[in-house]
Amino acid sequence: MSVSTLQRPPVEQPVRTGRRRRFTGQSMLFLYTWLVIIWLVIPIFVMIAFAFNDTHGRYNQSWEGFTFKWWGKVFEIEDLTKALWTSLIIAVISSLVSAAMGTGIGYALGRYRFRGSGTLNVVMFSTISSPELIMGASLLSLFVSANLGLGAVTITIAHIMFSISFVAAIVRARVVTLDRSIEEAAADLGATPWTTFWKVTFPLILPAVFSGILLAFALSIDDFVVTNFTAGSVTTFPLWIWGSTRVGLPPQVNVMGTMIFAAGVLIAVVTNIRSRQGKRDR
Amino acid sequence: MTTPQHSAVQQPPGAVANGTPAIRFAGVLKTYQSHGEAVPAVKRMDLAIAQGEFFSLLGPSGCGKTTTMRMIAGFEEPTAGQVYLDGKDVTGVAPNKRDINMVFQSYALFPHLNTFQNVAFGLERKKVAKDEIKRRVAEILEIVSLTGMEKRAPREMSGGQQQRVALARALVNRPRALLLDEPLGALDLKLRQQMQVELKRIQREVGITFVYVTHDQGEALTMSDRIAVMNAGVIEQLGTPRQIYERPASRFVAGFIGTSNIVEGHVERAENGLALLSYTTQDRVVVPCGSACRPGDKIEVSVRPEKIDMHRGVPPVAATGGSVLSGVVNEVVYHGTSTNYTVATAAGADFTVFDQNASNAEDLADRGDRVFLTWAPQHSYMIGV
Repeated sequence: MSVSTLQRPPVEQPVRTGRRRRFTGQSMLFLYTWLVIIWLVIPIFVMIAFAFNDTHGRYNQSWEGFTFKWWGKVFEIEDLTKALWTSLIIAVISSLVSAAMGTGIGYALGRYRFRGSGTLNVVMFSTISSPELIMGASLLSLFVSANLGLGAVTITIAHIMFSISFVAAIVRARVVTLDRSIEEAAADLGATPWTTFWKVTFPLILPAVFSGILLAFALSIDDFVVTNFTAGSVTTFPLWIWGSTRVGLPPQVNVMGTMIFAAGVLIAVVTNIRSRQGKRDR
Repeated sequence: MTTPQHSAVQQPPGAVANGTPAIRFAGVLKTYQSHGEAVPAVKRMDLAIAQGEFFSLLGPSGCGKTTTMRMIAGFEEPTAGQVYLDGKDVTGVAPNKRDINMVFQSYALFPHLNTFQNVAFGLERKKVAKDEIKRRVAEILEIVSLTGMEKRAPREMSGGQQQRVALARALVNRPRALLLDEPLGALDLKLRQQMQVELKRIQREVGITFVYVTHDQGEALTMSDRIAVMNAGVIEQLGTPRQIYERPASRFVAGFIGTSNIVEGHVERAENGLALLSYTTQDRVVVPCGSACRPGDKIEVSVRPEKIDMHRGVPPVAATGGSVLSGVVNEVVYHGTSTNYTVATAAGADFTVFDQNASNAEDLADRGDRVFLTWAPQHSYMIGV
């Protein structure tokens, strides 16, 4: 030990180690954050990259150069385009219907205790948690025994069925945090229950309803398991992709996937900006 | 229920008798189901609140004051009995069909609407013409000093301003009565005192009946024309602030409103409308009792801390004819405007004495000092008479 070490003020030592420990902690967090980001992004990146792959064979699996040509030919495979449209139409209808129905259920569950509300809660949770495979198989038996011809209608019914619970859960969570007296104030000022809902309650739970619609849309557009059981001869986007994996996926699938992904990112960014504006107003 | 029964309901003493009461309760009972048992929140209440009155419902939490108010608004329905607004039976009428408005404890402003839209909400429901709405909103915003705040959202305003918006939103409808549910509870002391004065001014300006629910006795005493002190679902006393403070009707009221010293004793002599309770040869309490007490009766006597004079050491002249109690000072607490003493008295009860710090002289006594407390006969009163 040198003299200078001994003369060093004793308080400095712990301060330094503390700072160093904090530094290593921060850099580890930084590293970890980026690992997670890369892990999440790589599959998407691969999908997007192969939308620009200048492939010539049947398989779009090895990089052969950059091209935009698939974007020009994106709707040239008739069956695929038809499948995408079918999926989009089913997703729009099922997300809107399940949003309307789920909002009602979620509001009732969040606001009131009524006969059957306990049962409804349990049933909702069990449809969220039950394996899709079982749900799909049982829906198939149900539709067949009810003599309902399988097709777009049965797919839509099935999608609404599993989406309602998600929308209801999101809306209920929002309703529970709403100050009850806000609705009482509306009634006190002469609003009928109907007016109170549309003028006061609905605007306040709208963000939750919107999230519900988005989630229901996302669940519907890429659903494979339940759809496969209930589709009959109808082909949706995921079913078409599944069917053509064995013969080789055309790059058009990557282009469509990229488009859907871009739309999702756009909505996320817009929502984020809007909520940030809301906070700035505060 | 039949009409003759309604008219048989007695008006409570002190009810202002000019015309139909703005709000009247006739035998109102409210029970809640709790674990299969009916728990009463309000027990058989008869009450009349006069037109233009500033009326307070005062009591501790759980005393039934909020339930009472919510029955006026229509958010709760009585289990039995009738509620009348302006002489009209409104029992069972929905809140949106009652000509009553309320200021909520949490203000309950519509967060997605700005000040103007919040205040205009009630008028829009009544399909008032656009120009008329503009005029009336501007008018009421001026009364509550919020002119220029029309475009602000609730979250952009301070607690005091939100409070005023809530007030304006209710008053703009010119209701038969305005209900206020602990509206100042969330404000800091300075703002609360300011708003008390404001509320009183606004009430005078608009001339609407105010029903004010609070657990803060200071608020109730400052603003009210009359106060109903509630406890356990029952009105313990109904009267002017002065009546309630000076002559509490029960031990509960005496303890709840301000500070009271309560002493028990047996009447030794009763003459000239005064009863004498003596504890030792020099310790005695004199209380006016009219013809209500006879020698041997056990009574409770109350006296307010600020009515008591404290003397150190020297026994006061006993011939004043008032009460004299000796004791030992237990606690001295300096409060700025006054000094509060706790004295263990010969009568067995601890007394609180307030001494105004009128001069900058030293404290009257220190801990452990032997003192004498005296007060005039008219400052004692028997509880429950």
